[in-house]
Amino acid sequence: MDLVVNGVEHSLDLDPRTTLLDTLREHLGLTGSKKGCDHGQCGACTVLLDGRRVNSCLILAISQQGASVTTIEGVDHPVQQKFVEHDGFQCGYCTPGQICSAVGMLDEVAKGWPSAIGDEELTDAEIRERMSGNLCRCGAYPNMIPAIREAAGR
Amino acid sequence: MKTFTYRTATDVAQGLEPGATFLAGGTNLVDLMKLGVATPDVLVDVNRLGLGEVGDLPGGGLRIGAGVRNSDLAADPRVRRDYPVLSEALLAGASGQLRNMATTAGNLLQRTRCRYFMDATMPCNKRRPGSGCPAREGDHRNLAILGASPSCVATHPSDMAVALAALDAVVRISGPAGERTVPVTELHRLPGDTPDRDTVLEHGELITAVDVPSLGFAARSAYRKVRDRASYAFAVGSVAAAAQITDGTVTDVRLAFGAVAHKPWRAFAAEEALRGRPATRESFRAAADAELAAAEPLRDNAFKVPLIRNLVASVLEGLA
Repeated sequence: MDLVVNGVEHSLDLDPRTTLLDTLREHLGLTGSKKGCDHGQCGACTVLLDGRRVNSCLILAISQQGASVTTIEGVDHPVQQKFVEHDGFQCGYCTPGQICSAVGMLDEVAKGWPSAIGDEELTDAEIRERMSGNLCRCGAYPNMIPAIREAAGR
Repeated sequence: MKTFTYRTATDVAQGLEPGATFLAGGTNLVDLMKLGVATPDVLVDVNRLGLGEVGDLPGGGLRIGAGVRNSDLAADPRVRRDYPVLSEALLAGASGQLRNMATTAGNLLQRTRCRYFMDATMPCNKRRPGSGCPAREGDHRNLAILGASPSCVATHPSDMAVALAALDAVVRISGPAGERTVPVTELHRLPGDTPDRDTVLEHGELITAVDVPSLGFAARSAYRKVRDRASYAFAVGSVAAAAQITDGTVTDVRLAFGAVAHKPWRAFAAEEALRGRPATRESFRAAADAELAAAEPLRDNAFKVPLIRNLVASVLEGLA
């Protein structure tokens, strides 16, 4: 099958059971995307699939023939510098997923997508709700929120 | 994960060979395959069948393609304007990442999150018929209070389905024997003594769309969900409601409950008890009680009865 990852075309011969996450990590050597729970509960495996944030651990690579994937290795976004400035991590294991999720989330906000909070502006409550699919066991959330808020230009 | 053969579906009516199952967003199915709970021999990918559009029905209402992603449906301006309960229910479910993959039909057909069903080493009448149900004496805090049976007390986990049940939505189905339609309220079964069957679908039948009929007063509708944490958790109880209130009287109403039964629970008795009644907290609570009179809670989930009663009153007060 064919997959475009961070702008590079790859032709892959995969067992149908291979998830997108394992494809990235084990077959393409892109170990930035992390395997936390492997069940779609922690968000550490978040990548952008055709521009939208998804849990790569719950996607069979074979079902994504011709798709374009952006991993943390291919992200170039202001939110990265803001995470550094605000110390938005401790151990760093969840960080690639947090960054990819934030990039996808800010794009959803720009498209006018609603959230369960329903605020007009990207308030801290909105950021918490929209980022709730990414867990951080170090508890670095208080520093991620201003990082994401500033990356959004607020 | 057990090995399987993968192929892409080319036609909505082609059906499935024995041991095959459809793959849509995969957010539940792939997880169950990893757990050894789902063990298909063949995966038939329906993502390229062109079922990903939301269209207008003649005379009003929406036809939601089976493959429309939950995030796109929640953001659809027509859904937000005409059926806010549906948008709110979708946004109350899962996470941004999961909603970007999960589909309309897949959301309807997701399996229970009962811990005994999800653990392939445990007995479970739904997963292995006749093996028993440890939930009745075990961990059932979040399981059913309505319509359960001695063999199964599982709940259907969807938020979206609760809103669709309240809105009289209709599921469009295609298969080798032709096409048919089933109301969302009749898609899911009660467990009885065959809890292994979640729905009335026959093997090989494919949901192609969900029609949501026009309902003027659904523009005033809401979904409220209670869960163990602020976000990204399944409901322990939820209520979908739409109400038409004129001069302080409830002239029409739609109510459905989530996380209380093997199916999204349309509260017909509560609706009947409420029509023509004053739009007061007392009426709302009495209507909820009319529905909840049939509740048979277990040792650790009796809290759901007052929870749903209070939710009904709170949601309807918000709409009044």
